Amino acid sequence: MNFQIGWRNIWRNPKRTLVILSAVIIGVWSMIFLSAFMRGITDQMVRNGISTLTGHVQVHHKGYRDDPGIENSMTEPGVLETVFNNTLPPDTLWTSRVRVSAVASNARHSSGVTLLGADPAKEGKISFIGGAVTLGRFLKPDDPHGIVVGQALVEKFETKLGRKLVLMSQDTGREIASRAFRIVGIFRAEMEATEKQFVFVSLPAAQEMLKLKKGISEVSMILNSHQEANEVAAVLRDALPANDYEVQTWQEAMPMVTAILKMYDGFVFLWFFVVFIAMGFGIVNTTLMAVYERIREFGLLKALGMKPWWIVRQVLTESFYLLVLGMIIGTGLGALSVLALSGTGIDLSSVAAGAEFAGMSRMIYPVVESKDVVTANLVVFILGIIVSLYPAIKAARFTPIEAMAHN
Amino acid sequence: MDIVECTDIKKTYHQGKVEIQALRGVNLSIARGGFMAIAGPSGSGKTTILNIIGGLDSMDAGHVVVDGNTLDEMNQSQLAQMRLNKIGFVFQAYNLIPVLSALENVEYIMLLQGVPTAQRRDLARSILNDVGLEGTYDRRPAELSGGQQQRVAVARAIVSNPSIVLADEPTANLDSKTGKGLLEMMKEMNEKKNVTFIFSTHDQMVMDYARRLVRLRDGLVVDDKVKEAQ
Ligand SMILES: Nc1ncnc2c1ncn2[C@@H]1O[C@H](COP(=O)(O)OP(=O)(O)OP(=O)(O)O)[C@@H](O)[C@H]1O
Ligand SMILES: [Mg+2]
Repeated sequence: MNFQIGWRNIWRNPKRTLVILSAVIIGVWSMIFLSAFMRGITDQMVRNGISTLTGHVQVHHKGYRDDPGIENSMTEPGVLETVFNNTLPPDTLWTSRVRVSAVASNARHSSGVTLLGADPAKEGKISFIGGAVTLGRFLKPDDPHGIVVGQALVEKFETKLGRKLVLMSQDTGREIASRAFRIVGIFRAEMEATEKQFVFVSLPAAQEMLKLKKGISEVSMILNSHQEANEVAAVLRDALPANDYEVQTWQEAMPMVTAILKMYDGFVFLWFFVVFIAMGFGIVNTTLMAVYERIREFGLLKALGMKPWWIVRQVLTESFYLLVLGMIIGTGLGALSVLALSGTGIDLSSVAAGAEFAGMSRMIYPVVESKDVVTANLVVFILGIIVSLYPAIKAARFTPIEAMAHN
Repeated sequence: MDIVECTDIKKTYHQGKVEIQALRGVNLSIARGGFMAIAGPSGSGKTTILNIIGGLDSMDAGHVVVDGNTLDEMNQSQLAQMRLNKIGFVFQAYNLIPVLSALENVEYIMLLQGVPTAQRRDLARSILNDVGLEGTYDRRPAELSGGQQQRVAVARAIVSNPSIVLADEPTANLDSKTGKGLLEMMKEMNEKKNVTFIFSTHDQMVMDYARRLVRLRDGLVVDDKVKEAQ
């Protein structure tokens, strides 16, 4: 019967009820949507970062991180392969690379790039390059002079497929090594910077050019999920001689992305706080109004012998209904709007110039996580009940005589 | 023993710097099963004495014993419990919860007392029949006439067999015909169920119906008449 009364009471003033309901709905909806949006951005950022030649876990020669030069190469890939076969989860993908700074030049232009000597078959499965070649072809396993470059670089160099490009870098003997390549493929990437930075040649071609023999700069691997990285890295750190190798997870390899992830968490938190305040005040005010309108009634109930606690409970029951109703609708709307946009994505190209700097892509696909939905609802619910306590206690404190004298 | 015993009750209200002596030493004993009216000019203290007997207001001096409970020694929560179980109230107006039907208004008091649902419903129906409201169970207060609303209030006041029913000017908002009907009904309930009724009133008809008439003036009892059986 108490619940029936509560339900009827909230519809005594439908307009006011709708105001509170809207506040709750907007609160829940915006919290769900914003966290899904932020998660979409960060997920995409992490995925971009990982597929842009980072991988989930990387192995380098000790010291490569501080000085990624040719002298910090790993000269015995056979050792690594044995360790990997023994320790990595079965469906891990991994590939070896040569990765050094180089200067690319043609007759008219020259520019600093990152030279990547790649194992074409494996690389294609691990990094973005697998699906990125839009013109020409990707490398063949022993391609001696083939090179794949980004669209932006092609434009900058005013060159095209089939033309020559010379790469220069320092070899293991600290001499200048240079080698002429022919553009066999052109790739596109999410970000223009990527297209300008990376040039791909075959692993043997790079090793020969730099007099590396079998040496490689890094191993990059892709695991089943982002979350496994720490675990796998720990296993590898145990298995590899610590004096010769260093192992990094994607979080460590991309400190910028990791920092931005934290910052976005901060944004979401801030928004939760804003909703908190706005909704809190809204609920307190409207509930107080509702309570004052019913002072006579509460006075009557108290005169009849109702304990103050019952009155608190009565007011809270009414808030409870409003909150639950608003939460259901808000969550539904949140789910619907995220669902609608997760197919098409949100186009950020108008602000992409700024976004690209932060490693964001042009299209954002919001991602709902049950954790965020639960948090949003919990925050609204707990807040709603807490702020209703004040009017409820107020209602319970009128003495019957005061209340009944009130008009 | 009498069901209500008031000994030398004093009550002063403070309104800013002005002191208003509402009761200046009221002594009053009321026998069980009485049907009594308290009359007197406006401001003479009728509502104040009823509120004190009902445990709604505190007194400055004196003692009140209601059905064995010494009110001046009880705390708020004990007073609430006593009101719930021993006292029925009928106010001049706004007696009912607007979102509840007539039946639910009567039931609600029993809900607070913890009476089981089925029993609650039966009792509420039969008491509404007793006060002449069969067929209006499901109407909200706004859909009832003033007289019908007061009948629901009386039904609610007597449904759980209280020791006393306190009615502060119950007929003040009713025309005389409706008021008479209500009084007849209350008299019947008084006789049938032996519930003690105490009214405050300006209404000559109420005074005529009462078997005992107490007059107050300036916070003192100035007249107390028990009528011969009619
Ligand atoms: N809450 C209060 N604050 C201040 N003075 C009060 C209060 N309640 C009553 N009084 C005063 O106490 C005196 C007695 O009031 P009471 O309400 O008991 O009179 P009454 O006999 O019921 O009058 P009426 O016939 O008008 O209802 C009056 O002078 C009144 O103004
Ligand atoms: Mg009065």
